[in-house]
Amino acid sequence: MSSNILAEGVLEALSLLISMDSYVLDIIAVSLQVSGTALVLAALIGIPLGAFLGLTNFPGKALVTALLYTGMGFPPVVIGLFVFILLSSSGPMGSFGWLFTPYGMIMAQSIISFPLVAGFTMTAVMGVDKNLIQQLKSLGATKAQATLATLKEARLGVLVSIIAGFGAIISEVGAVMLVGGNIEGATRVLTTAIVLETRKGNFGIAIAFGIILLTIAFIVNFTMLRLQNKELRGNE
Amino acid sequence: MNEEFTYKMENISKTYARKTVLQVENLNIKKGEIFCLVGPSGAGKSTLLRLMNFIETTDTGHIRFLGKTYGPSQVPPLNLKREVTTVFQRSALMTTSVWNNVIYPLKIRGKKIDENEMKRIEKILDDLGLLKLKSRRADKLSGGEAQRVALARAIVFRPTVLLLDEPTANLDPANIHIIETIISKYVQEVDSSIVMITHNIFQARRMADRIALLHKGKVIEINSKNEFFENPHEDVTKDFLSGRIIF
Repeated sequence: MSSNILAEGVLEALSLLISMDSYVLDIIAVSLQVSGTALVLAALIGIPLGAFLGLTNFPGKALVTALLYTGMGFPPVVIGLFVFILLSSSGPMGSFGWLFTPYGMIMAQSIISFPLVAGFTMTAVMGVDKNLIQQLKSLGATKAQATLATLKEARLGVLVSIIAGFGAIISEVGAVMLVGGNIEGATRVLTTAIVLETRKGNFGIAIAFGIILLTIAFIVNFTMLRLQNKELRGNE
Repeated sequence: MNEEFTYKMENISKTYARKTVLQVENLNIKKGEIFCLVGPSGAGKSTLLRLMNFIETTDTGHIRFLGKTYGPSQVPPLNLKREVTTVFQRSALMTTSVWNNVIYPLKIRGKKIDENEMKRIEKILDDLGLLKLKSRRADKLSGGEAQRVALARAIVFRPTVLLLDEPTANLDPANIHIIETIISKYVQEVDSSIVMITHNIFQARRMADRIALLHKGKVIEINSKNEFFENPHEDVTKDFLSGRIIF
């Protein structure tokens, strides 16, 4: 019985993709748009923050680091709840009108993703040889030039931080469900569509969405892995 | 700028965790000389080099560098700071090609690398036996090759002062010979000052114009090479040269 459902799901997925079903394509587009934008924002905040934490010492750094690590394991649904309250009409950001829009979902996913990006970047930067940083300064690098060179040295770790950040949001359902509301053609993404179709008993379509989601995650991770391997091999 | 000395240091000291590791009353480095710093481990030699490179600042006294004087916590402006660099014992290269490592100091100074400049850099690489390796990733090199890249990277922007912190420690004689040859050539070509820490007194004898012995953070004796080896003035120097002071 279950293998039938699975086979049905695979066939349905292929048929939906081959027929370029507009409902499916819309959902894929919203998913990529929301998670992609959230990832870019998370990287823009997380990479500099991680580099700063990795390279500097200041009073209270241990507390900030502990908070960051806590953020890395924060349940997405709680972040969804927090963003929902912020964006609700009586909340401090209610006037933005972002609740049940992709903007609200992007905000929630950025908050989920950036501690992962910042945390892994910080660890990677801290792993760079301290002698190299001293050497760069000795060669006349300014602080900004030395930081940039250090980030380049930590690029594998930074890449991992981006993979982790993406993985956390593309597969996340709680926050986008709460903040986005799963509105067809507007805020429905792959994960919320899976929940909906499963509840309706459309297991085939739900599995089809699951396969599409896995395929997207696989392609992104495979590409990143190829980049990583290329880096590790180097020339010769 | 037209002074005889690149450095004039007076009463400088450095203290870490309440322990004074360096206390130098007077030390001058002349233009165009190779000045060797010798002494047992923990004598304060590397600390002195970090102060001379302005990676750290003195706690007391002042350093006159290229005509300007800097007191505690003071560092030269970037353009003057960029007239000095250090080659450390560990080469600390970036995980990119040899070429990218060598041109890094030029890139951060905003220098354009035209055809003539490229030829000049390739000549440096050739002199150091690195031309064939220029596309190779620096983290795949042997210790001797890596140290030669570090030297190429340091001299490529023709600094007025080159500081060398045991640049040939743990290298084989062939690599030591290449590095020593290039250092001797550089000081003549660029009219720079070279300050080199070495644990190898034979190397000091081969390379130095003048030598200083540091012991327990203090300068014990500064002398011309011949005087230092043939007629040391201080008992500590005599003990050091005879191997009676190791630590």
